[in-house]
Amino acid sequence: MKEQHGYTSTKRYGMVIDLDKCTGCGACMVACYAENNVPFKKNETHKLDSLNWIRIFQLDNGKPYPDTEVCYLPMPCQHCDGIGKHGHSPCVSVCPAVATDYDYSTGVVSQIPTRCFGCRYCMAACPYHARKFNWWDPVWPADTEKYLNPDVSPRMRGVVEKCTFCFQRYQKARDKAYMEGRDEIHESEYQTACAEACPTSAIVFGDLNNPDHEVSKLKDSPRAFRLLERLHTNPKVYYLSSKSWVRRAGDNYLENESKPQSGRQKIHHK
Amino acid sequence: METTPIIPQGVKRCSKMQFSLWMAAATAVLLWGVYAMYLCWFKGLNQTNMNDAYGFALWIWADLAVIALGGGAFFTGFLTYIIGKDKLKNIINYAVIIGFICYSSALLILAIDIGQPLRGWFIFWHANEHSMLTEVAFCLSCYFGVLTIEFLPNIFENPKLNKIPFLHHLAHNMHSIMAVFAATGVFLSFFHQGSLGGVSGVLFGRPFSYREGINVWPWTFFLFTWSAAACGPCFTILVTWITEKLTRKKLVKDDVIQLLAKISGWMLATYMIAKIADTIYWAMVTAPSMGFSFMDFYTSNPVYGIWILILELVICGIVPALILITRKGRENKSLLLLAVVLAVVGVCVNRWVMVLQTLAVPVVPFESWFMYSPSWQEVATTILPVAYGVIVISLAHRYLPVFPQERELNPTN
Repeated sequence: MKEQHGYTSTKRYGMVIDLDKCTGCGACMVACYAENNVPFKKNETHKLDSLNWIRIFQLDNGKPYPDTEVCYLPMPCQHCDGIGKHGHSPCVSVCPAVATDYDYSTGVVSQIPTRCFGCRYCMAACPYHARKFNWWDPVWPADTEKYLNPDVSPRMRGVVEKCTFCFQRYQKARDKAYMEGRDEIHESEYQTACAEACPTSAIVFGDLNNPDHEVSKLKDSPRAFRLLERLHTNPKVYYLSSKSWVRRAGDNYLENESKPQSGRQKIHHK
Repeated sequence: METTPIIPQGVKRCSKMQFSLWMAAATAVLLWGVYAMYLCWFKGLNQTNMNDAYGFALWIWADLAVIALGGGAFFTGFLTYIIGKDKLKNIINYAVIIGFICYSSALLILAIDIGQPLRGWFIFWHANEHSMLTEVAFCLSCYFGVLTIEFLPNIFENPKLNKIPFLHHLAHNMHSIMAVFAATGVFLSFFHQGSLGGVSGVLFGRPFSYREGINVWPWTFFLFTWSAAACGPCFTILVTWITEKLTRKKLVKDDVIQLLAKISGWMLATYMIAKIADTIYWAMVTAPSMGFSFMDFYTSNPVYGIWILILELVICGIVPALILITRKGRENKSLLLLAVVLAVVGVCVNRWVMVLQTLAVPVVPFESWFMYSPSWQEVATTILPVAYGVIVISLAHRYLPVFPQERELNPTN
């Protein structure tokens, strides 16, 4: 937030998830665990203290068989831009120790585990429950420590962690481009682990500000919507669905409010 | 050779044996809390029933509640030293001690609550000036320093300590400039009480607690300060009453209590008007703009019904305010006691809903209400400050001249 005066809108990385394509297979979650050294418990039945940077929700239209329709919705951190263009996302503005920050060059909401002292104010602020606390010491089963990703530091007990849009991959791609004398990173050079792993290509990742990137076109689809737009969190994760009940499930409405026909009709923060 | 007694002259205290047994009981409870604290520090916050939906829980409520209740110190100090209500000098020592206990308890609970206690200083070193919690940390720590300064002269007035010329003169000189510290305390309290209200009021991702306001300060900023000024003195009156019952002595004259009760009553009455106006605006404008109807916050869950709002605003708000602002009400001892108990419960309920209900309400439409009950470790560490408070008050009452009117009210000859 301190860098707001030097803000230039260059890149704004985001994600578009096509819910019509998502089968709920969980490959994105597995890939995320492996890429980001996310630890797990022996017993994962209590989901509210599980560490997962992307979760999959199962939604249904509430109708009995044979009219039942089901939709799977993967939910990573929404990397909110917040109100205005100064990174006033719900979590960044509240962190008392600047352990979470808004990166103005990419739009990524970062998390600095070594700065975090575990007050969990960011978790209270995030309406998506995208932030996870290390309630336990990370324990890796025998020999699996050897398979940890050397580009990502494992976190310790007592700090908050969350999806970083695999920022280490951005750093690698940026370094490679620099070494090759390029200013720009190609779309394929920086992809998140979940987007790469998705077998149906439901997850598309790229620069929302770059007209050559697929996400910049997809976000303007009539099927597009974002979660909780009415809160003005201004997320950079978009969802696509051809079903109006799914789009309606993305936000809260009063009983007498008309159903949204498409995400395009809603508020869009650029 | 004549030795100076350690107990203030002209007052009666219980026997050493009775005092030791009382202290042993309080210490046993304290040690239970210390053991739970040890578990939380060494095994981690997995000892609690908090989870990713309840990052804030019983401890943050306890922090907010004790700081509101400790508000009696700053507001009584304000009335005594700034407004010039001299009569309140007869209760200011006790208000300061209660405030000292409340604030030190809050700091201790915060130290247990953070996941990396050894990094607690990051909040000062890497301070984010945009965060309400940063403001809370700075003002709360500074005000705790002020309370310590306000408490010290009373400690130096212990007969043994007062025999030391340096401490005797220091206490005297500190008394003479106490108005400066009282004013500093009022200034700091306005900000940290307000910032605690801001902690939940700024959460624009949480429709239950989010409030609009003036500039960067949500309405809860002002409401928290107001309610602490209203209910803090009620807690001072309540603790004074409990102390009188336990020691079987009158310690403060009725006119002092009456004055404090009357001012509290008017603060509470005006606070209730502001709070009800805030609730109506939030229910009619703020929440609907976020897609929530008023009753969405009070239905479809096993705990949080509309009863909790009625309890906070009517039973523990309007009722005690009406009792305290009417002469007949506050002069009736039973009604006065009822009013201060209700006001104390009311401010605690307010802090509870602003922390716990805020997190219980599902915001993502396909999630459900989140329920929580604390673990024994959370309960024990929350009771710990109560035992600590009992010990500090017992020691202060036995060895310090806390109540200037005690000798007059309880002549020993």
